[in-house]
Amino acid sequence: MSFYNKFLEVKDIPFHEHFQAVTPLAVERVLQKERLTEEDYFVLLSPAAENHLEQMAQIAHRRTVQHFGKTMQLYMPLYLSDYCVNVCSYCSFSLTNDFPRRRLTMEEVENEARVIAKMGIKHIILLSGESRLHSSVEYLQECVHVLKAFFSSVAIEIQPLDEKDYRELFEHGVDGLTVYQEVYNEDIYREIHEKGPKRNFRYRLDTPERGARAGLRSVNIGSLLGLDDWRKESFMTGLHASYLQTNYLETEVGVSFPRMRPHAGSFQPKVNVTDKNLVQALLAIRLFLPRAGINISTRETEQFREQLIPLGVTKMSAASSTVVGGYSEPNVTQSQFEISDDRSVEEIKALLRSKGYQPVVKDWQLI
Amino acid sequence: MSDVLTIGGKELTNRLFIGTGKFADHKQMGKAIESSKSQVVTVALRRVNMEANEEDILADIPGHVTLMPNTSGARTADEAVRIARLAKACGMGNWIKIEVISDHKYLLPDNEETTKATEILAKEGFVVLPYMSPDLMAAKRMYDAGAAAIMPLGAPIGSNKGIRMREMIQILIDEIDLPIVVDAGIGKPSEAAEAMEMGADAVLVNTAIATASDPVEMAKAFDLAVKAGRAGYLSGLGPVSAAAHASSPLTGFLG
Repeated sequence: MSFYNKFLEVKDIPFHEHFQAVTPLAVERVLQKERLTEEDYFVLLSPAAENHLEQMAQIAHRRTVQHFGKTMQLYMPLYLSDYCVNVCSYCSFSLTNDFPRRRLTMEEVENEARVIAKMGIKHIILLSGESRLHSSVEYLQECVHVLKAFFSSVAIEIQPLDEKDYRELFEHGVDGLTVYQEVYNEDIYREIHEKGPKRNFRYRLDTPERGARAGLRSVNIGSLLGLDDWRKESFMTGLHASYLQTNYLETEVGVSFPRMRPHAGSFQPKVNVTDKNLVQALLAIRLFLPRAGINISTRETEQFREQLIPLGVTKMSAASSTVVGGYSEPNVTQSQFEISDDRSVEEIKALLRSKGYQPVVKDWQLI
Repeated sequence: MSDVLTIGGKELTNRLFIGTGKFADHKQMGKAIESSKSQVVTVALRRVNMEANEEDILADIPGHVTLMPNTSGARTADEAVRIARLAKACGMGNWIKIEVISDHKYLLPDNEETTKATEILAKEGFVVLPYMSPDLMAAKRMYDAGAAAIMPLGAPIGSNKGIRMREMIQILIDEIDLPIVVDAGIGKPSEAAEAMEMGADAVLVNTAIATASDPVEMAKAFDLAVKAGRAGYLSGLGPVSAAAHASSPLTGFLG
């Protein structure tokens, strides 16, 4: 079983023509429906649907409040290591970027944890560059052992692993996995992932399924918007999420739509994804998958994130540092990407409350 | 006239149970619980912050209510049992609402795993209230396993669709010798009244109150509706005639 078969079925459809052919009437028909098909989701990503964003927003808001309540899950990223074996044209951690690399010792992991925990955050996600040597399963296990004392949920966003590795990490207390396909266009994928194991498109595509089979509670996927036509990328991401939801009922499926930000390399986005485009992508997936978690990161600006709160978002990161050791020792080394919203946890909480939302810092209990 | 519902040795005079998951803030939740006059409140252990601070959901639940921690997030009987034990260890009492959900698409309960967890926890002395898909055989098994009440869903959770499982729930009310608490799906006060008129012993409401424009007033409305429905049930609803009385009777010739 693999999403790859589904991917092969749809990858060559003439997306551009089909998106252009969607009529306003087709959009209106979809907006009357309660349960959406893949075709309906496609319709909502079309240029024609751009004229219905307000109506889509009202429905998205209603559905989200209905299923998630007026709540917003807060979490923080913890960067463990910036060693990476891949050469990727868009990422600052790329092997060819010359900067002093670093991996946290257990003592440093604890220092970082202490600072994050003091901010009142109980859910964290561990991040690293992709290196089986530096962010090995053994190293991650050691980290989780330290972090368990501070947090009630620990997720990972690291290099793709085998199913048995995920099972081992799950048994040690890791409960969630985030892995972005980055781009669902195989040609672009090969072009931008120049060297290293990340070049294996299929292995990465099957990663969420390996995690789900290993028993992880939540799996979060996404495409990095700006690498190809965002309508097509959003469609593929939605199909992938829907496939996971249907085939791995026990797993909570979440989606993210990270948008490319400026970084140290010279790579610039291939496609300009506007705020309006991003909003359409969010609304369309909320209508298609009413129970999926939707995550919005600090890559987006403060003002924009504020506007997105009622549109279907269920998870936000706060006060994030994308630097290894960045919480306990600010102003060191290289960040993976620049963040645009650097408000503190308290500021984000106050903002959520002012918008009528309850900030949720804990929504799982390690058992 | 006293109309008391007894569950796990506790005598309840109010038949509206409240869920706490979806409120905009804890203070508002506390006020809604007060205005609902509810005596049983369910809290997901996953949301309870053990290190008490201003985020602690328990701090805003009025002290006089019975806490019914729930096992939200459990995917198997084993996980539900572990969560229940943790809740007890945290001093949340010995009531437990078992939720075992291994379907994240519709969030439908897994009756089989729920029954297993019920049996283990009832033996350990918990007052067990299993949340379930209304099914007579499953409810009988939960009864045998030691459940203190049965909590069938009225419609998929969060759907606000009302008592869509009406016929199945009626069968449970008629056949199962345990309190039946209709949980999930109730979107309006009138639907809570409907469940009570059917003879349900209580209802549990979360989404409809927590996401109302004015949760405190809505909680009050539900209290009234539950009382009205219960009174209607107790006073014996008049028979409903399926057809109007025929003006040309077919048996008139019998004289």
